[in-house]
Amino acid sequence: MAQPQPKVYRYGRDINTDLILPARYMMFNEPEDLAKHCMEDLDGDFLPTVRYGDVVVGEENFGSGSSREHAPMALKASGIVAVIASSFARIFFRNAINIGLPVLELPEAVADFRHGDPISLDIEEGIVKNTRSGNTFQAKPYPKEIMDIIRADGLMNLIKQQRIAQG
Amino acid sequence: MGMTRSEHILARSSGKARVAPGDMVVGKADVIMGNDITTSLTVRILDANGITQFADPDKVFIVMSHFVPAKDIASAAMAKTCRDFARQYNIKHYFEAGQGGIEHALLPDEGYVVPGDLVLGADSHSCTYGGVNTFATGIGSTDLAAAWTTGELWLRVPETIKIVFNGVPKSPWVSGKDVVLFLISQLGDDGALYQAQEFHGEGTQHLSVEGRLTIANMAIEGGAKNSIFPCDDKTLAYEAGRAKRDFQGVEADADAAYAAVHEFDISNLEPQVAFPHLPSNCKSVSQAMQEKVAIDQVFIGSCTNAKLEDLRIAAKILDGHQLAKWTRGVVIPASHNIYMQALDEGLISIFAKAGFAVAEGTCGPCLGGYMGVIGAGERMLSTSNRNFKGRTGDVRGETYLASPAVAAASAITGFITDPGEVAPADTAAALTQFTE
Ligand code: SF4
Repeated sequence: MAQPQPKVYRYGRDINTDLILPARYMMFNEPEDLAKHCMEDLDGDFLPTVRYGDVVVGEENFGSGSSREHAPMALKASGIVAVIASSFARIFFRNAINIGLPVLELPEAVADFRHGDPISLDIEEGIVKNTRSGNTFQAKPYPKEIMDIIRADGLMNLIKQQRIAQG
Repeated sequence: MGMTRSEHILARSSGKARVAPGDMVVGKADVIMGNDITTSLTVRILDANGITQFADPDKVFIVMSHFVPAKDIASAAMAKTCRDFARQYNIKHYFEAGQGGIEHALLPDEGYVVPGDLVLGADSHSCTYGGVNTFATGIGSTDLAAAWTTGELWLRVPETIKIVFNGVPKSPWVSGKDVVLFLISQLGDDGALYQAQEFHGEGTQHLSVEGRLTIANMAIEGGAKNSIFPCDDKTLAYEAGRAKRDFQGVEADADAAYAAVHEFDISNLEPQVAFPHLPSNCKSVSQAMQEKVAIDQVFIGSCTNAKLEDLRIAAKILDGHQLAKWTRGVVIPASHNIYMQALDEGLISIFAKAGFAVAEGTCGPCLGGYMGVIGAGERMLSTSNRNFKGRTGDVRGETYLASPAVAAASAITGFITDPGEVAPADTAAALTQFTE
């Protein structure tokens, strides 16, 4: 049976980390436990419908608020493979990169997507396609330092590789 | 071209003669801090990666603050993860529940962070330490694991925006909190995204260091990476008897480059109240009073506004008064030392006599932890820094943000109240955060 095409969850601006993963669940550290509460205060339809490969699209200041890495962890563990936003709060951006959840700053794509639109993604190339509208968007390349982290599949892996290289 | 205060610290800590916005640097940190929540995740990351060696264990700070003393079984397990780790590596700067406090009050108040430092903290309000002329910014748990392991971390040099406060508030009830709420309402919740805020002007000079720490605390509410105050006479006086290390403060060069300069005349500023559900959603207290906003719970606490000055202001207003009939009160001094000083000064007894529940050294209801989580349909007036939907309890609850003075006045009447309505002006003059 063909897999359903990945779809977009489209939200507004200032989607803060309390909405992505409420503080009341921060005693949990396991990704699966966090995934059970992802977005529950924001969107009651998220958890029942999210599937691996889906993408969250937000407007400005996505991931604002606390430094909790639990927020990108919860998104990743619930099946989200990338977040596209007009802009990101900086700690969320760092955390997502550090755990290997791609985050793309693409205001034009954000303007084009509606809730539920089918999406196809090429993370390596930074290419996003909205299958409904037929429009394709190209994200700006990451700076080298960030690309190194993504290629190593996270900051801790990069550090371990560097340590081995240094002997 | 010269450098801003932030650029000076980033250049110094990365061993470079100069840095410019957009540069990626690897900064060597002076203090690398995690709290109970972020540390427990970091321990998991360190374990998963088999890391057992740390660059400089004395720079490792673990401050148990959020869900401690444990609020439930899961929090107890989380706290134990941190405690076991600290014990295994004999971490010197481990602060047990009830002995340290909230990290952002503890570290500057007890001189662990000093002017000129690069401070990395796994908590978004780590920007607080900029109040004492440090470059301090929030990081996540993987960043924390990396920084503990290597002693350093990659940082993008932010653009700096210069914020100049002209004038000194005429109203003695205006504090650092009112200034920062006003600032966020002017620049927006993401008005300083990725940027460094650098504070200047007469208003800044006259403001107490505790007031500056409150402003720096809320830099993140405007999206900023960090916020930095001068190292001036007020800072030096504050550090005397506190600083645990020698230090060298930084000042911006006369020809430093700023992405923007924002000037505000704060001489006519009134106390501010942030309405639900964003810190930028501010009104002046006189406007708020016209709306007759009834308050179910007043919370005087958090890393923003539960330092000694804050408690003195609130206690002075509350002295001899009772909480309004249908209003609950919760006071949580931000650290154990602050709690003990408040005890010695008789402040705790004023709160207790007024009918407040008094706890100590925990974040409490600030993040909907415990000691005053709000229910559906309830309204809280809080001296904390965030009023996001659902942060402090049920998503159908509402949180308003204000200064300790407004919180204390409102506790007496049960409605959002201008402190000038309930407290005599000479009280205010004795307590103002703006002094010569
Ligand atoms: S008091 Fe509130 S804002 Fe401050 S560290 Fe605790 S949870 Fe965070």
